[in-house]
Amino acid sequence: MHGFRYLENVATLELDAPNCIGCGRCVEVCPHGVFTLNDAKARIVDRDVCMECGACARNCPVGVISVDAGVGCASGLIAEWLQEKNWRRSSGCC
Amino acid sequence: MPRIATRLRFADRLGSWKARWAIGRDTYIVPPGLYALGSPDEDAPVIVTANYKMSYDIVRAALDGRDAWLLVLETYGINVWCAAGKGTFGTDELIRRVKQSGLERVVTHRTLLLPILGAPGVAAHEVAKATGFRVTYAAIRATDLLAYLDRGRVTTPAMHSLTFSLWERLILTPVELVQALKILLPVALVLLLVGWLSAGLSLGVSLAVALLGAVVCGTVIAPALLPWLPGVRFAVKGTIVGLLWSGGWALWGAGSLGPAARLGAVLALTVVTAYYALNFTGSTPFTSRSGVRKEMTSALPAMASALAAAVLLWGWAALS
Repeated sequence: MHGFRYLENVATLELDAPNCIGCGRCVEVCPHGVFTLNDAKARIVDRDVCMECGACARNCPVGVISVDAGVGCASGLIAEWLQEKNWRRSSGCC
Repeated sequence: MPRIATRLRFADRLGSWKARWAIGRDTYIVPPGLYALGSPDEDAPVIVTANYKMSYDIVRAALDGRDAWLLVLETYGINVWCAAGKGTFGTDELIRRVKQSGLERVVTHRTLLLPILGAPGVAAHEVAKATGFRVTYAAIRATDLLAYLDRGRVTTPAMHSLTFSLWERLILTPVELVQALKILLPVALVLLLVGWLSAGLSLGVSLAVALLGAVVCGTVIAPALLPWLPGVRFAVKGTIVGLLWSGGWALWGAGSLGPAARLGAVLALTVVTAYYALNFTGSTPFTSRSGVRKEMTSALPAMASALAAAVLLWGWAALS
C-alpha cells in the first residue's frame, strides 16, 4: 500500500517457517504483501506493514502463523479496557 | 430463489447515501441466502458477500450484465471487512449458508469466490473440509470482479493491493462526523448558552463554532489530509490540524476572551481534534492494533494532561 505506513516494530505477526508447507494461502490473503513464497516456504518480507487483520493466521492450514488480531480504533480499545476493568459493557467501533 | 437486478435504482443510491451519514445504518440489511443475478446455470460463478445492503448493492452492480450466483451471509448488516474482523463473515456462517442453500445441487463446480478482505474471518481449509467447496479469494474490490472473471480468474497485483485515496478516505468521514456530533453538539449548545449569558451572544457563537470546527478538523480534515500531514502518529497529525484551527480562532475569533481562557481553549480544542484523528485509525486499512495501542499509551496521558491544564487555566481566568 503505497504512501501509508504506521508505527514500526510493533506488529505481533510470527511465522514458524520450518513447519510451513508452502501452500501460499498467506500470500493470497494478505492485502499488504507481507509474505512471499521462496523455495516452497513462506517468508515475511515486511513485517512493519502488517495491520494485524489475522487473515493469514486464520487461513494457514497447518497453523504456523500467529498474530494478535482485533479491533484497532481508539474508541474500540478504550471500550475493551473499560470492559476488562468491568467499568462498562460495550462493543467497539465499525 | 430470489432473482435480482444488477442495475441499482434511485432508492438504492439514496439508501447508500443515508447509510454513509449513519441514517438507518444499523438496519440497512437484506435477507441472507442464495440469490440469482441474471439467469445463472450450474456453471455460473458463486460470489459470496455480506448482508449489509450497501455491500450487496456494490457487488450486484459490479456484475452488471452477468449471470452469477450471489451467496449472502448473515453479518447482521455489517460490511465484509468489519464482519470478518468480528467473525460473523466467518467459517461457520459460510458452511451453514452453503448447506442451507443446497448450493451443491445448484452448481456442478465447487468454487466459492470471496473478497480478499473477508479472509480474516474465513478459514478456507475448514470450509473445504466441511462442504467440498474450495474458497478462492478473488479481489479486494468488487469492481474488479468482472476483470477477474474475464481474464481467466487471475488476481492481478492491482486487484490484490489496498488503496486509500482521498475519495476513499472522504466517504468514510460523514459517519465519523455524525457520531462525534452526537456527543459534542450538545456540548456546543451548552457553550453557546454559557458564553451568551456571561458575555453576550457573539462569544457564545464563537465558542460553539470553535468546538464544532475542532470536531470537523478531527473527523474530516485530518483524515482527508492524512498522507500529507507530517509524522506517522494519528494524534500528532490531529494535533497539527487542531493547533492551526484553534490557534487561528484564538487569534482572530475569540472576541472578548482573556489570554488565559484563550490558551485553555486552544489546549482543549486541540485535544478534541487529536482524539478524533487518532480514532480514525479504526477506519483505515493499514493501522495495526498493536500500533494503535502503542500510540494510545502515550497520546491519552498527553491529552488528559492538556485537558487538566485547560481546566486550571479556565479556573484561573474565572477567578482573576
